Amino acid sequence: MPEETIATFTVRSLRILDERGKADEALMPPLSEADIRQMYELLVLTRTYDERALALQREGRIGTYPPVKGQEAVQVGSACALFPTDWVVPSFREMGVHFTLGYPLDLMFRYWAGDERGLVTPANLNILPICVSVGTHIPHAVGIAMAAKYRRDPVAVVAYFGDGATSKGDFHEGFNMAGVFQLPVVFICQNNQWAISIPLKGQTASRTLAQKAIAYGFDGVQVDGNDVFAVYRATKDAVEKARSGGGPTFIECLTYRVADHTTSDDASRYRSPEEVAAWREKDPILRLERYMSGRGLWDEGYGAEVKRKATRAVDEAVKAMESAAPPEPGEMFEHVSATLGQRQEKQRFVDHPPAPS
Amino acid sequence: MPEMTYRDAINLALKEEMRRDPSIVVLGEDVALYEGSFKVTRGLLAEFGEERVKDTPISENTIIGVSVGAAMGGLRPVAELMTVNFALLAMDQIVNHMAKIRSMFGGQTYLPITVRAPGGGGSQLAAQHSQSLETYFMHCPGIYVAMPATPADAKGLLKSCIRDNNPVMFLEHELLYNSKGEVPEDPEFLVPLGKAAVMREGKDLTIVAYSRMSVLALQAAAELEKDGISCEVVDLRTLNPLDTETFIASARRTGRAVVVEECWRTAGLGSDIAFRIHEACFDTLLAPVRRVSGLDVPMPYSRKLEKLCIPQVETITAAVKEVLSEKY
Ligand SMILES: Cc1ncc(C[n+]2csc(CCOP(=O)(O)OP(=O)(O)O)c2C)c(N)n1
Ligand SMILES: [Mg+2]
Repeated sequence: MPEETIATFTVRSLRILDERGKADEALMPPLSEADIRQMYELLVLTRTYDERALALQREGRIGTYPPVKGQEAVQVGSACALFPTDWVVPSFREMGVHFTLGYPLDLMFRYWAGDERGLVTPANLNILPICVSVGTHIPHAVGIAMAAKYRRDPVAVVAYFGDGATSKGDFHEGFNMAGVFQLPVVFICQNNQWAISIPLKGQTASRTLAQKAIAYGFDGVQVDGNDVFAVYRATKDAVEKARSGGGPTFIECLTYRVADHTTSDDASRYRSPEEVAAWREKDPILRLERYMSGRGLWDEGYGAEVKRKATRAVDEAVKAMESAAPPEPGEMFEHVSATLGQRQEKQRFVDHPPAPS
Repeated sequence: MPEMTYRDAINLALKEEMRRDPSIVVLGEDVALYEGSFKVTRGLLAEFGEERVKDTPISENTIIGVSVGAAMGGLRPVAELMTVNFALLAMDQIVNHMAKIRSMFGGQTYLPITVRAPGGGGSQLAAQHSQSLETYFMHCPGIYVAMPATPADAKGLLKSCIRDNNPVMFLEHELLYNSKGEVPEDPEFLVPLGKAAVMREGKDLTIVAYSRMSVLALQAAAELEKDGISCEVVDLRTLNPLDTETFIASARRTGRAVVVEECWRTAGLGSDIAFRIHEACFDTLLAPVRRVSGLDVPMPYSRKLEKLCIPQVETITAAVKEVLSEKY
C-alpha cells in the first residue's frame, strides 16, 4: 500500500468591502440603494441602542450588559439575509440581529433590566430567547432544523455563538449531528477574538475556526465580519442552500469585541490599547459610510439624520421599559409547570398571595 | 489574628498549599491572567507560572475529566468552575467518574481533586446563574462537599480539602467574598472535614445552617436575642461528611430546631437534616422541626422577586418564633 494523500481541504475567506470602503464589484451581492441605506440605518440603530444600554447600566437603570460594539456588521448583515419564517437561535451578544428582524427595542431593554418578560418573542418572529450558557443552544438549533426537515418546512435555522463556544462539546456534537442528518442549519460564529480574557489561541490550536466544519462533513467559510456585504452574501448563500436541502454551513465572521466583555469586566487588564485602536480603524459603520459616500449615498447631513432617528427610537424604548409594571410575585410560578405541586400552590397563594386589587 | 476577606482567605489557602506541594495545579476558565471571575486566584500565575496555573478553553466537562485523569497521573488538581451552575455541564465527570472510579475499581487509585465553584443567588443573575446545587452533590456518594461560611473556615477547610485524597466540591458563596473575619496565620491551621461548628450557643432553639445561610442565621439570632429568645447556631461547614452528632446534641438540648437552606425546598438537604433530628430526638422535641428554604421556582431575574426566593433574616426570625409558639 503506497503512502498517498487521500484528501485535501481548503478554507475560503470572503471580503467584499475593504477598510477604505472600496468594494469588489464582482463580488457585490445584488442590493438596491434602499437596501444599503436600510443596512446602514440598522447598524446605527444597533450602535445607538448599545451606547444607551451602557449608559443606563452605569446609572443603575439596567443590569449587567454585554456590549456589541464593533460587531454590528455581522449581526445586521446576516439578519438581512433571513426571511421572517427562518429561525434564529441566539447567544447573548446579537442584539443587532434582533433589531434587524424587528424585535422591539423596549422588550430588549426590559430583559437587560431584569425582566424575563422582555424575552417573550413577538408572535411574528421565530427567535429563541437569549442563551447565556455558552454554546449550549447549538443543539437546540440542530433540533429545530431536524423538526423543520421532518415537517418539510423550507426554512433555515441560524445559530449564533462566539469563538469561545467552539470549545464546548455542544458545538462539536451539534455540528456532527447536523452533518450526519444533513440539516437546514447555518452556524454563525462571531469570532471577536476574545472570550472574556482568553484570546482565540487559548481556545483552539486550529488556524481558522471555519475549518472545524470540514471535520463534520460540511462547508466552513471565513468572512470579514466587519464587512456587512460579505456577511450578507455568505449568509444568503448558506440559508438558500439550507432551505433547498443542501445541508449545513458554518460561517466564521472575523470581527472584534471593541468594548469590555460585559459591564462587569475591564478589558484593559488583559489586552493592549494598540490592539483595540487598530480595530477601531476597521469599524464596520465607518467602512460602510466610506463606501456609501463614494457612491453619493452618504453625507454628514444624512448621517446626522439617521443618528437622530435612532436616538428617538431608543429614547422611546427607554421610556416604555421604565413605564412597564414590575412583575408580581405570583408570576414566578406562572410558567413553571402546567400543574403546580401542592407545595408550590401554597408558596404561590398562601405564602406570597397576590396583592389585593 | 489578621482580619481578611473570605476571598483573600481562599486565595491564601491556595498559595500556602501550592508552596507546600508542587503536585498541586490550578486549572479553569480565566483563572490565570484574569485571576478568576471573582478574583480568587489573584497572584497565582505570577507566583507559580503557567505550568501550574492554567487557563482552559470553555470546556467544563473536560476540565473535570482532565482533573480526574491528572489526579490518576499523580497530580493534585484544584479546578475552578466559573460558577457552580457550570458544574451541570460536568455532571457526568463529577457523578460517574470523579465520585466512583475509586470504589468501582477496588481502591486502586486516589482522586485527590478539589473542585472550587462559587454559587448561590442574590446577584440578580437570573434562573440559570443563581442556583444552589449543593443537594445534587450531597446526594451522590463518593464526593465530599464543603461550604464554608466564614473566612477562617474557608481557609482551613480548603487546605484540608486540597490535602485530602478524596474528591471534594468546595462551594463558595458569591455574596460572601467580601465578608471579613479573623483568619489564623499558621500555615498548618486546618479545619477538619466532617466537623460542624457551634457558632453561637443558646438554649431555646437550634438553627442549623451552612454557607451564607449560617451568616444570616447568626444575624437572626442576634435579632431574636432582643426579644429574649436564645438561639444556638450550628454551621454544618461540610455537607459530606455530615456531622450529625453536633446538631443532634444541640437539638436535644434545646428541644426545637429550624433548618435553613438556600436551595429549592422540595427534596432539599434540609429535609434530610430535619429527618435526622426527628429520628434521633423524637422523644425530646418540643415542636416539629421547621425548614426555611428557597421557593420551588427557577430564580426570577427581577431583584424584587429574587429576594422572595432566598431566605432572609426576617424569614428566619419568623420561623423561629412560630416554632416557639407551637405547643405539643
Ligand atoms: C457553559 C458556560 N461556561 C462559562 C460561561 C461564562 N462565560 C460567559 S461568556 C464567556 C465567554 C464567551 O466567549 P465567546 O463564546 O467568544 O463569546 P463572546 O463573549 O466573545 O461574545 C464565558 C466563559 C458561561 N456563560 N457558560
Ligand atoms: Mg468571543
